[in-house]
Amino acid sequence: MTELRTSAEIGGMGHSVKRKEDPRFIRGRGNYVDDVVRPGMLYMAIVRSPFAHAKIKSINTEKALAHPGVAAVITGATLKEYNLHWMPTLMSDTQMVLPTDEVMYQAQEVAAVIATDRYSAADGVALVEVDYEPLEVVIDPFKALEPGAPLLRHDKEGQKDNLIFHWEAGDKAATEQAFRDADFTVKQDIYIPRIHVASIETCGIVAEFDAVEGQLTCWMTSQAPHAHRTVFALVAGHVGLSEEKIRIISPDIGGGFGGKVPIYPGYVIAIAATVVTGSPIKWIEDRRENLQADSFGRDYHMTAELAASKDGTLQALRIKTIADHGYTDAACNPSKWPAGMFSIATGSYDLKHAFCEVDGVYTNKPPGGIAYRCSFRVTEAVHAIERLVDIMADDLGMDPAELRLKNFIPPEAFPFKSVLGWEYDSGNYAGALKLAMEKIGYQDLLKEQKEKREKGELMGIGICSFTEVVGAGPSKDFDILGLKMFDSAEIRVHPTGKALVRIGVQTQGQGHETTFAQIVAEELGIPVDHIKVEHGDTDTAPYGLGTYASRSTPVAGAATAMASRKILDKARKIAAHLLEVSADDLEWEPGKFTVKGVPDKVSTIQEIAFAAYTNHPQGLEAGLEAISYYDPPNLTFPFGSYICVVDVDRGTGEVKIRRFMAVDDCGNIINPMIVEGQIHGGLTMGMAPALMEEISYDEEGNMRGGSFMEYLMPTAMETPSWETGKTTTPSPHHPLGAKGVGESATVGAPAAIVNAVVDALSHLGVRHLEIPITPEKVWRAIQESGN
Amino acid sequence: MAQQNITIKVNGTDQAAEIEQRLLLVHFIRENLALTGTHIGCDTTHCGACTLILDGKAVKSCTVFAVQADGKEVLTIEGMTTNGELHPLQEGFMEEHGLQCGFCTPGMIMSSYALLQENKNPTEAEIRWGISGNLCRCTGYVNIVKAVQYAAQKA
Repeated sequence: MTELRTSAEIGGMGHSVKRKEDPRFIRGRGNYVDDVVRPGMLYMAIVRSPFAHAKIKSINTEKALAHPGVAAVITGATLKEYNLHWMPTLMSDTQMVLPTDEVMYQAQEVAAVIATDRYSAADGVALVEVDYEPLEVVIDPFKALEPGAPLLRHDKEGQKDNLIFHWEAGDKAATEQAFRDADFTVKQDIYIPRIHVASIETCGIVAEFDAVEGQLTCWMTSQAPHAHRTVFALVAGHVGLSEEKIRIISPDIGGGFGGKVPIYPGYVIAIAATVVTGSPIKWIEDRRENLQADSFGRDYHMTAELAASKDGTLQALRIKTIADHGYTDAACNPSKWPAGMFSIATGSYDLKHAFCEVDGVYTNKPPGGIAYRCSFRVTEAVHAIERLVDIMADDLGMDPAELRLKNFIPPEAFPFKSVLGWEYDSGNYAGALKLAMEKIGYQDLLKEQKEKREKGELMGIGICSFTEVVGAGPSKDFDILGLKMFDSAEIRVHPTGKALVRIGVQTQGQGHETTFAQIVAEELGIPVDHIKVEHGDTDTAPYGLGTYASRSTPVAGAATAMASRKILDKARKIAAHLLEVSADDLEWEPGKFTVKGVPDKVSTIQEIAFAAYTNHPQGLEAGLEAISYYDPPNLTFPFGSYICVVDVDRGTGEVKIRRFMAVDDCGNIINPMIVEGQIHGGLTMGMAPALMEEISYDEEGNMRGGSFMEYLMPTAMETPSWETGKTTTPSPHHPLGAKGVGESATVGAPAAIVNAVVDALSHLGVRHLEIPITPEKVWRAIQESGN
Repeated sequence: MAQQNITIKVNGTDQAAEIEQRLLLVHFIRENLALTGTHIGCDTTHCGACTLILDGKAVKSCTVFAVQADGKEVLTIEGMTTNGELHPLQEGFMEEHGLQCGFCTPGMIMSSYALLQENKNPTEAEIRWGISGNLCRCTGYVNIVKAVQYAAQKA
């Protein structure tokens, strides 16, 4: 979008409107789940397993129950009475809510103590006595697949080994042939470690059951309140919970990033506890529980190969992956996509052949496979292709930018059908890369690097030109547990011309209360200050699948535009009535209709709104409201080119990001300020796993660390001053031309950083480094090179 | 559990209570006084979401007992606004888009407040050091630094 259609006062698309959320947050007046207090509320704390795999011989709750303040202890046996001890995951796998005889990972929920305050609940946890008999532990997913490995999911009928699924895409035979025929091939094992979103707010719930009315109300940290409501209704229908009497309220949420999409056992236990005790129950997990037991991201073991001809034309891609999902497949992918959107792995390149396969595996680790600020496995795919392109450039003796520019899908090829089955909507990849090179001064940097190398200093330049796939998605292909991935918006224009907008998605910091108002301002010309956005309450918001995978703008944003247009259609009829002309004789600009050729005959949206309730045309319904359930015709494909410059300390191995230029293209932009903020945050969450974050386990399944002491997240000290730029290639199928942006930077940053560090060391013979690239890994690589 | 009587001046008002000795200051502030702007993010002094000002110094109130604050003065995010006027830091966070989900924001503002009390005109590096005990997962810190600079200029 090049021109603004609305004034700053109206504040439609393209205006950096200050956020409507901020006045309450800067005063400490947000309302997060732990801020919710109900009369007579009790607190819940959870007993967790110290073992990664063990038989439970007994659970003794006597001492805990005798402790002052303890009201109840809930075990698997308690839940079994109600047949609530198991639940489905969002991937149609199964998961224990509380165990009756066996624990499958360290920190698994074993029992829950209900008490009058959180201190007494914690006392009670310490007094529950559990007798465990340790069992053989399976931690390595490769060993889990070996014949003779212990069968972990013996509870599942027909499960004969530890394989969860095999997924593949592409033409295997043709790809193999292309590799045989190629002039050059490169191959690299790449491990993307297990990481944790670690939103600063942990997960929690306040559950309140009114036994007389049969009404359950849950304030919970949910990125998908409607979907959670339906799952609760399906799982607990047999104990009397009925969907019209379940209300999920997702209040202010302190960061999501994918970690608040799954349903955790703690939520279900709290719901069971409010039903059993008759009192409202609050459960807020602590940080150790959050890091040790909640869903992780990544954990992909990839073997990736790329083939090219002598002249540098990229020809074929092949990737084999072992995906460690832990005890159960609790990812939140659309159900037809067990490996998410991994088949975006051909990236920004016009490859003729590709074949990808992923084997999902059970191990004795906490369950997950959720996204970490990433649209379903896109980060893993981007990491693979963008590392391979750099390794190939090194083998061919080509500049990595030149190799990319030579092989990009050209702008005129869109819509572009990828060999792995996607239809990319629009793109101008060379435009983004060239802009990034120009803005950062790429040629000068190459010169500087040459000079530094001669002096023995280590400086690296890394590029990543990524293509994302977001906005799930079209109902023919995308659902979660059968729920189609449309999304929704409902708009009510009040008599005085002010509007209420309710959406099926839920903000966790993205600024929906501002940006969705801007969409309506753009479409109807109602000033953004006169529009209130509500979300996150299943009793009032229209049904939607929630906010994750960068889907809010592509899906619910489109629904908001479409609902606005329905209102505009009716507004046109009312304006024709008011101005006593035919509707065809009216011209619209945001905020008013004008009679063609008679510029002083005007009907404003405010006048129309008033007339809708006071003077509506006969034969037309009164009121000015509309609702839209938007089923997108395709996904959207944001893209960008990132260039990272690092300096490496030869003595300590420390990597310092000196500069980072991020050029993003997310189509038309609703609020430039918010988009830039999203990119800053995404880049930081891309740097985090590239240089710092990892969750690992010892052979017995003990998590190494488990608090913020060991799980290193970037502070202001490590984080550079990000530089940004943009190109604008609208989505042709989205009503606003928008694509979504929340995760692009997390997807694109890691490979740019790794490519930069490897580039800094490439003349020493270093070809690849696994993330997180810690100082120790760099130091060892330098030592091993003998330089 | 042993009880103790305490009086803490919170945002200018004396608050007296009989509390358990093990009660953490953050729980006293959030639950006894219902000042829920101070948040809890890690329970272990790492994330800084619970930062408040205790006798002029920024402390992480998840690892201070309420009894340790007996007879002292506490300033929380709720006390930053005077007569409806925003503090320049609150204004700066809003103007410079220094917040997204808002969860780390009160702690960030209180740490920045302590920094600006000691150093009225900090450099970018000094601001980054000053807020390095506060984790933010949303913003990438760039705009938080700008927010603090905004407040420093305005003060």
